[in-house]
Amino acid sequence: MSSVGFPLLSLIIFLPLIGATIIASVRGDARTVASNARWTALWTSLIVFFLSLVLWVRFDRSSADFQFVERAAWLGGLSISYHVGVDGLSVLFVLLSTTLTPVCVVASWESVEHKVREYMIAFLVLETMMVGMFAALDLVVFYLFFEGVLIPMFLIIGVWGGPRRTYAAFKFFLFTLAGSVLMLLAVLWLYLDAGTTDIPVLLNHPLSRSAQTWLFLAFFASFAVKVPMWPLHTWLPDAHVEAPTAGSVILAGVLLKMGGYGFLRFSLPMLPDASLDFAPFMFALSAIAIVYTSLVALAQEDIKKLIAYSSVAHMGLVTLGLFTFTTQGIEGAIFQMLSHGVVSAALFLCVGVIYDRMHTREIAAYGGLAHRMPRYALLFMLFSMASVGLPGTSGFVGEFLAIVGAWQVNRVLALVAASGMVLGAAYMLWLYRRVLFGALAKPELKALLDLSPREFAAFGPLAALTLWMGVYPSSFTQFFSASVASLLDRHQALLRASSQFAGL
Amino acid sequence: MLEVGAVFPPLVGAIIAGLFGRSLGDRGAQGVTIGLMLVAAVCGVLLFVDVAVLGNGRAVDLATWIASGSLEARWSLRFDTLSAVMVGMVTVVSTLIHLYSVGYMSQDPSIPRFMAYLSLFTFAMLMLVTADDLVQLFFGWEGVGLASYLLIGFWFERESANAAAMKAFIVNRVGDVGFALGIAGVFALTNSVAFDGIFIALPGVATRTISAAGMELRAVELCAVLLFVGAMGKSAQLFLHTWLPDAMEGPTPVSALIHAATMVTAGVFLTARMSPLFELAPTALAIVTVIGAATALFAATVGCVQTDIKRVIAYSTCSQLGYMFFAAGVSAYPAAIFHLFTHAFFKALLFLSAGSVIHAMGGEQDIRRMGGIWRKVPITYAMMWIGSLALAGIPIFAGYYSKDMVLEAAWASGTEVGRFAFACGLIAAFLTAFYSWRLLILTFHGEARADAHTMSHVHESPPVMTIPLALLAIGAVFAGVVFYEPFVGHHYAEFWREAIAIAPGHNAMELAHQAPLEVKYAPLVLAIAGIATAVVFYALAPKLPAAFASAFPGVYRFLLNKWYFDELYDRLFVRPACALGIILWKGGDLRTIDRYGPDGLAAAAREIGQSVVRVQSGYVYHYAFAMLVGLVVLVTLAATGRL
Repeated sequence: MSSVGFPLLSLIIFLPLIGATIIASVRGDARTVASNARWTALWTSLIVFFLSLVLWVRFDRSSADFQFVERAAWLGGLSISYHVGVDGLSVLFVLLSTTLTPVCVVASWESVEHKVREYMIAFLVLETMMVGMFAALDLVVFYLFFEGVLIPMFLIIGVWGGPRRTYAAFKFFLFTLAGSVLMLLAVLWLYLDAGTTDIPVLLNHPLSRSAQTWLFLAFFASFAVKVPMWPLHTWLPDAHVEAPTAGSVILAGVLLKMGGYGFLRFSLPMLPDASLDFAPFMFALSAIAIVYTSLVALAQEDIKKLIAYSSVAHMGLVTLGLFTFTTQGIEGAIFQMLSHGVVSAALFLCVGVIYDRMHTREIAAYGGLAHRMPRYALLFMLFSMASVGLPGTSGFVGEFLAIVGAWQVNRVLALVAASGMVLGAAYMLWLYRRVLFGALAKPELKALLDLSPREFAAFGPLAALTLWMGVYPSSFTQFFSASVASLLDRHQALLRASSQFAGL
Repeated sequence: MLEVGAVFPPLVGAIIAGLFGRSLGDRGAQGVTIGLMLVAAVCGVLLFVDVAVLGNGRAVDLATWIASGSLEARWSLRFDTLSAVMVGMVTVVSTLIHLYSVGYMSQDPSIPRFMAYLSLFTFAMLMLVTADDLVQLFFGWEGVGLASYLLIGFWFERESANAAAMKAFIVNRVGDVGFALGIAGVFALTNSVAFDGIFIALPGVATRTISAAGMELRAVELCAVLLFVGAMGKSAQLFLHTWLPDAMEGPTPVSALIHAATMVTAGVFLTARMSPLFELAPTALAIVTVIGAATALFAATVGCVQTDIKRVIAYSTCSQLGYMFFAAGVSAYPAAIFHLFTHAFFKALLFLSAGSVIHAMGGEQDIRRMGGIWRKVPITYAMMWIGSLALAGIPIFAGYYSKDMVLEAAWASGTEVGRFAFACGLIAAFLTAFYSWRLLILTFHGEARADAHTMSHVHESPPVMTIPLALLAIGAVFAGVVFYEPFVGHHYAEFWREAIAIAPGHNAMELAHQAPLEVKYAPLVLAIAGIATAVVFYALAPKLPAAFASAFPGVYRFLLNKWYFDELYDRLFVRPACALGIILWKGGDLRTIDRYGPDGLAAAAREIGQSVVRVQSGYVYHYAFAMLVGLVVLVTLAATGRL
């Protein structure tokens, strides 16, 4: 088991908080504070990123065990401890979070002008919460971080958001509240049943079928909102539209992955019978999500809303892949989450670039930008193609594997999953055509400048990742293939065991 | 080394010209891409000789691509006879078209971008044909689709070009759904995506069935049909053909390279590549034959009435692709590839000649406004003749050998669908000759129908355009007679080796050589009749076409509107999808989910009592509060329950 002799994970989790404290303590006139806040946030997030690279290097890819584990007594005697660690299922999500945070800081460098200090603090707190959530190995720790993520996100939308930010935040609140309460009940129930909230222990804790059913529904209420699954998705377009660019980047890039990760971490391994029982239900919702939201995306007039709806469709493929219980389906779902994390983040950055220049997200306000902004056009094309799932980009790998997984379960399901290939191409190309192609007729667009070096710096890593993940995905799949294999093995074993019980 | 040298230089060229085009300048970008294409062409031809002629087939493994459980797709370059034939053809034709583009695009402001796209396309096409597994083939397949999209929409300030580009991509994607599902099906059936693995496993699973949509189907049939759906999209076969004529919005070198010689034949290549699968699936083969034959006939009928010089040739391409498919459908894969091979030369020649005419006429594409220019563009005129003679299947020209072989194989298959294909093919042969000479006469002969200004500027194209034409013309004349024996002669099996599998009992290839004289000469007689009819209609009695059109107005409109496929699809798919999107959005999301969900709850909450929502400063506090309450409950419960 890999470990580095010092509490690396805790450092990655809490270093952003230290950075936030430093920013909070800065005094001086507004300019100094803003500049200090920016630089401190950038350096903190970069150091965290480089620290997290140690995980990339030192992680033992052949093992399905938890690594870099740290444990400390917390609520003493309650068997609730501060327990963190990563396995193949979570390690890349930690890296995704630490990669996107500096990108967000760079992306917000000039576009955020008021309350810069608070803004940067919010992002650093957000990073702590995200990383902590993916690294948590105790259910209470997980719950704290899982719900804690939402507070800085609320603030980011509510303070730096657009005109209807209150409505968006309120909607988000209503959707998530019900789920949170139910998940809390599930956590409580599990604690009372097993006597601990330690996740590795709970993963081996046998549960009766009826208990599994109720627990599945409780977790579902929370995770399905985050994914978001149809019909719990309507908060997402509003939240995206009102959020500032970097807020959308994190929302699409990391926060949407919390739901999928929750299913993967808890529902599938801990509730195998219920997961199998509910699989048709999950397939139905996923299939509806893919077709329904793709069609809705086709009708959008707002660039951010269009991409938000496309996110719902892409995440539909994730939930579909997860519940196929096939190697390709689950690996495809994980890869799709990672890819979507990079690609949708980049697409929201793309929207941010022109929003910063024109202050509108309305598709009709644009047209012919490729004439003036060829570099921007090239990057937008790259990320559009990745969103469409063109082979050679990251988007293809997950989509293809999920379809292969779906085929093994049901042919019609695979057809619905694959229909996203057509609809996705339709709305993305339609968007691209209206924004970048065509004649450059609108006078206010004629003076637009192509990408600045700072914008390039934000896009560079995402473009490189998109191609790397597309051309050589093994660098990434090798992290989780052992974990997925062990998950499926245990799933088979548990199902055999419970069918023996049923036979008695 | 040779293998890598044949495939990757175009990618390097595309990257250099694409990213650094502005600093390189037009000349620099042209020099880099053409130089690297030449490298690829030399390697490609050497490989063709080594692999196809001398029989040294091999595969170069480069790296893992996608590995998930037992699914393993690899980056590799497979060179057997089939891919060597394609690599040789693609690199040579593409180099000539790169060269031609220097002249044709000389006035364009975005030359580096154009050269980059062309090279990118060539790379993707080469990856497609050298794939050693279905997934890499799909990579190339989608890559050529992207390049095609970018090149059709190359002049992106034109709305018609953008619409055509989108249509091409999306219609192709419909086919790609079939392809992707086909790959999934083949993997589920054989536990492999690599060709060798699939072909070894296939005989053992030939009888397996699979349930789909409530039906029990033979798995091999389902997989073959799904892969063929992919082929129909890329190769513009009936029902998925609507994008190809519109694709003529792209610059003419693009039409020649992508929409005639190479990309659109990828579907035929796929069918030949997967011949071990198709040979186990008689129903799928019958479908291939019927769709191919129907396309051959359908496209030829439409080609007879079109007035855009490029669209006539586009429908001709569509029709010729139909020939290739019904040849494959009767298990005469070598004949299909032979026709693909000769077609690449003469159709590229025809398109580039048409481009030369358009260039000479200052951008005019409507043949009703041409005529009377043959003395001014003698080389182009001669090239157009050679291309037309080859297309019509006149002896010694390339098309004669390949088209006759295709028709004889269809006849020799002895099946019902084979006979249907033979009949369609014969009628199409007559129509092909007719529309080719209609095009020749209207374009070059008769009165000059263009205005005086245009006519005064009509000029022969520069050597950088006419030399590639001449080289392609050599192929259009000799590709048939030279390659007839190895490709489809009595010893064809020794040439193709393991690259193509034909099941015992499927002997259309053998029996084709014993076709009776009337079968052998029927296509030629019909072609000459077609030429004669065109001469009568457009040279001797020029009032006849109009008379026919007014005598059968329904038929004429039906053909002119391309059998109304566009209108039908627009009403059936495009508009309903858009309407449904709006209905689901406004009716589903806003008026149902939101109204009864969050907004309804909010309204209810307001009605029940303001107290719940009293703190106006934001909902974050509620949330944090709820969380804290939860924690307290947790700790309390836990403490009382356990301690």
